[in-house]
Amino acid sequence: MSHRTYRHTIPGIDMGELDGLLIVVEGPDSSGRSTQIWLLSRWLEQLGFAVEQMGLKRSKLVANELEQAKNGNVMSPRTMALFYATDFYDQLENRILPALRAGSVVLADRYIYTLMARDMVRGAPFEWLEPLYSMAVVPDAVYLLDTSAENILDRTLSSRGQLDYWESGMDLGLARDWYRSFMVYQQSMRGQFEPLMSRFSIERIDGDRSILDVHEDLKSRIDRVLAGYTDPRQD
Amino acid sequence: MNPPEVHDMPGRLIAVEGVDGSGKSTQIDLLHKWLVGMGCRVFFSEWNSSPLVMEATKKAKRRLLLTPTTFCLIHATDFADRYERQILPMLRAGYIVLCDRYVYTSYARDKARGCDPAWLREVYGFAQPPDITFWYHVPVETALDRLTKSRKEPNYFEAGMDLGLSLDLREGFRIFQDRITRNYAEMVEEFGFVTMDATLPIHHQQQAARKLIQERIDLTAYPSRIERVVHDQYGIPPPVFEEDLIDAEGEW
Repeated sequence: MSHRTYRHTIPGIDMGELDGLLIVVEGPDSSGRSTQIWLLSRWLEQLGFAVEQMGLKRSKLVANELEQAKNGNVMSPRTMALFYATDFYDQLENRILPALRAGSVVLADRYIYTLMARDMVRGAPFEWLEPLYSMAVVPDAVYLLDTSAENILDRTLSSRGQLDYWESGMDLGLARDWYRSFMVYQQSMRGQFEPLMSRFSIERIDGDRSILDVHEDLKSRIDRVLAGYTDPRQD
Repeated sequence: MNPPEVHDMPGRLIAVEGVDGSGKSTQIDLLHKWLVGMGCRVFFSEWNSSPLVMEATKKAKRRLLLTPTTFCLIHATDFADRYERQILPMLRAGYIVLCDRYVYTSYARDKARGCDPAWLREVYGFAQPPDITFWYHVPVETALDRLTKSRKEPNYFEAGMDLGLSLDLREGFRIFQDRITRNYAEMVEEFGFVTMDATLPIHHQQQAARKLIQERIDLTAYPSRIERVVHDQYGIPPPVFEEDLIDAEGEW
């Protein structure tokens, strides 16, 4: 299966050799993303596919510094955006591309869309973000776990007992109390995703259902993606 | 995303560009001292010097973790950090800002590493073009001579070793810096570089740069808030910014 990047090409990479599949699951924290990725990973391995998982802020290159910068909260939104982009491309080149080349199914726990939405909420124009991420490989499927802010709040509080600074958008000064800030931030993130849905062919998954209902939904959709895919080494 | 061609900020931005060994850092250092001596409000910023990002960059370079894309982006992160926290506020506050390397370093060098020039211009599209950009043009052989005289061998990245151009550092330097020089030459008209003959004696180059700056910028409009008379009278050294203290080794 051939892959391409959105617009600009990655220096030194031949896109013809990528035989694997890239499947992206997007959604805020507590939308059930990690649970669904875990279930999908187990299911795909049962089917005999080699599965590789990737997520944001896991690069060897800058993940530590990124964490430090976040904790210090001293970087401007643009600097953070570029730092995240560095992290993303490091993983793209060193993890995703090798895995795709080896014929694996790559399950990405978020991708450029969350990064863009987060930056847009913080004022970055799409006209700048689009080229910044235009060397990203176009995934074979992108699913957004669309979950209501009320549900996310419930799940976050019952599992962690407290709200996360960044997922509450506290850096934006939306409201002084965390609850209000969280609700406003989650709503604006959903709003920023809207124009991305059609532009990047993102499929909306109702995340307000039970874990297994969502899993069945994702499985049937991914089944259709797999139908068009044969690992060349298995022929 | 493109800033206006002529900015309406009260400050003025002067950048120097050129290959490693062109002598541009010596020149901008002298310009800095001259402007301080003239009693100007002046701020100096150097490529790859944001404390937060520099740590990541140094580690990445030491362990050779960088590809052309991440090499570009990590430097863009450094630039954005300095641009938004220092350069832009200084321009708004009416300072003369001196930059040792600006976005054109990326345009020339990252292009030489294979990055798409159009992409580079979009990534850096937020940066205000300088009022004056000096390009210190020098034959690659002269630059190599200067480098080897001061510290023996060119370093890994200056020699483009990450591109595998040659197994020999000096040969790698020649090939890589020659590409960069050609990329600079192609940008002279596009960005209105002032080309400086960097083979001339240091003080000749300095006189020419000073003359041009005085023709284009009314220096009396940028008086320093430091009371120079008092400083001179009591021999108080001029204020030193933290950025001035960062070792020149930070630059690649």
